Amino acid sequence: MKALTLSSISQNPGRLKPTPAQLAKLGRAVLLPLIAISLFLFLWYNAAKLIDTSLGQFPGPAEVWEQSTNLVTEHQQERQREVAFVARQEVRNAQILARNPEADVQIRPYTGKPTFIDQVGTSLITVLSGFLLASLIAIPLGILIGLNESVYTAVNPLIQLFKPVSPLAWLPLVTMVVSAVYVSDDPAFSKSFITSMLTVLLCCLWPTVINTAVGVSNVSKDLLNVSQVLRLPVLTHVFKIIVPASLPLMFTGLRLSLGIAWMVLIAAEMLAQSPGLGKFVWDEFQNGSSNSLGRIMVAVLVIGFIGFLLDRSMLFLQRSVSWDKSAVLR
Amino acid sequence: MKNYLQLSQVSIDFPTANGPFRALDKVNLDIAQGEFVSLIGHSGCGKSTVLNIVAGLHQATEGGVLLEDREVNAPGPERAVVFQNHSLLPWLTAYENVELAVKRVFKGQKSRAEMKEWIIHNLQLVHMEHALDKRPDEISGGMKQRVGIARALAMEPKVLLMDEPFGALDALTRAHLQDSLMEIHADLGNTVIMITHDVDEAVLLSDRIVMMTNGPSATIGEILQVDLERPRKRVELAGDARYNHFRHEVLTFLYERQRKVEEIGTSKKSREAPSTSTARLANQA
Repeated sequence: MKALTLSSISQNPGRLKPTPAQLAKLGRAVLLPLIAISLFLFLWYNAAKLIDTSLGQFPGPAEVWEQSTNLVTEHQQERQREVAFVARQEVRNAQILARNPEADVQIRPYTGKPTFIDQVGTSLITVLSGFLLASLIAIPLGILIGLNESVYTAVNPLIQLFKPVSPLAWLPLVTMVVSAVYVSDDPAFSKSFITSMLTVLLCCLWPTVINTAVGVSNVSKDLLNVSQVLRLPVLTHVFKIIVPASLPLMFTGLRLSLGIAWMVLIAAEMLAQSPGLGKFVWDEFQNGSSNSLGRIMVAVLVIGFIGFLLDRSMLFLQRSVSWDKSAVLR
Repeated sequence: MKNYLQLSQVSIDFPTANGPFRALDKVNLDIAQGEFVSLIGHSGCGKSTVLNIVAGLHQATEGGVLLEDREVNAPGPERAVVFQNHSLLPWLTAYENVELAVKRVFKGQKSRAEMKEWIIHNLQLVHMEHALDKRPDEISGGMKQRVGIARALAMEPKVLLMDEPFGALDALTRAHLQDSLMEIHADLGNTVIMITHDVDEAVLLSDRIVMMTNGPSATIGEILQVDLERPRKRVELAGDARYNHFRHEVLTFLYERQRKVEEIGTSKKSREAPSTSTARLANQA
């Protein structure tokens, strides 16, 4: 039975009318999660009414929705204020230039607080930078470990030692090193960004290294024999045979690493005070207004949703490079 | 001239937990250029090991292999291998699989247009020119094996080594591929060593059949010269007395090995085996 997808409809418009079997399947796919979500919302609403904290009642779904709209409105207001600020400066500059065409005028940047949406953006940039840099290190390292038994034996104890270390333990060390080493009058990146990024890197490196190494060492003997008979030079062997053959396990590692990176980032931002979602949650907590818990709950849901989107993106990427038609990618 | 490819006192020991395991013992074989030699024997007698040593994928513990009077102990495209499991790269198309070999062997020697022509020519030899852009998971087992053969031929090898190339295929496909192989051999005149389990295949295709004794310490038991004219047509040969005689010889060798030691010791079939290996066979039973 062909699945009722957008592509199947566009290829064959006559199939727009779904069969009862397809309708039933679609219905199940939509209704069952809806039922679970409704049940969850119901339980949440009732449980929230029962919990009274020092910051007010635990936020229920309604309050969280209200806070999320507030956050969006605040962001829009802040953007408008920024536009007005720049416009005012331009008017003043025009007046100055009218009086004295030689005058040195500039537009000063807006120094308002970053809004929730800005912070989401910062978090995303930080996590992607950390993850990409980690992958650039982890994949070659994994390939090297997988190819050479001696390298594996040498490096394995170190990997096992550093893999379980929590980001909160790395943070003080990373902060001190960055403060000492990253000194510049006009830094391109803020220290907190570098600190968060490096902490993410140190924690999300390991799944990619391990899975890549496993993938490389499990390349079929037949393919290795082909490479030997052809006397392929080392780099050709790695890029044309090893990498494509170990791509599935490499992607497993990358997906795991990205998931860990996102989790680590929120913790790192909280302590490094990097202006992202982690800092938002921390500030709201320190703030202690009656809105705080609701806003924190919004942050929790947004963090979860973004994590889900990141994973889906990796899955999409994996599907687009996968050559193995028999593999089921979820 | 019988000295194109020479196996001289080839023996190999594999290290095991119980000490070295001698898989092959003093294998001596001379092969002339353009000869088609089949290697036949029971499972586990070391046929693949012999082939791997000639290919350079294993190193002999004693003795060596000489190709055109030069020793070979490393793999190389001049001894191209057709593997039992086609070993095509699953992420490349048929064309690209052959291209990988051609680019490696003829880099700097052929222009891009010449390479393309050469690749298509080799795929035509195996009748796969219609499936250039298909991936291995889109073609059948027989077609995959054909592409494997095309890849090996495209390396213009001095010796073509085939490890039970048709073992995984059904009888009809096997028949087609055997005919293709005979055509190619007649056309190119290349030297071929083929491992097979199939007695009919061995008699149909080969100039000589090398029959190996059982492992461990396997060696060459008997060599049969197949004096049938080429081109050989299987349907005509089915009734030919000489064909049946050769089949009988091979079957007798293979199945007499299963019988009791005393009979093997007195049988004239073992006259070419060294006396020490007969004694070892006696200990086996």
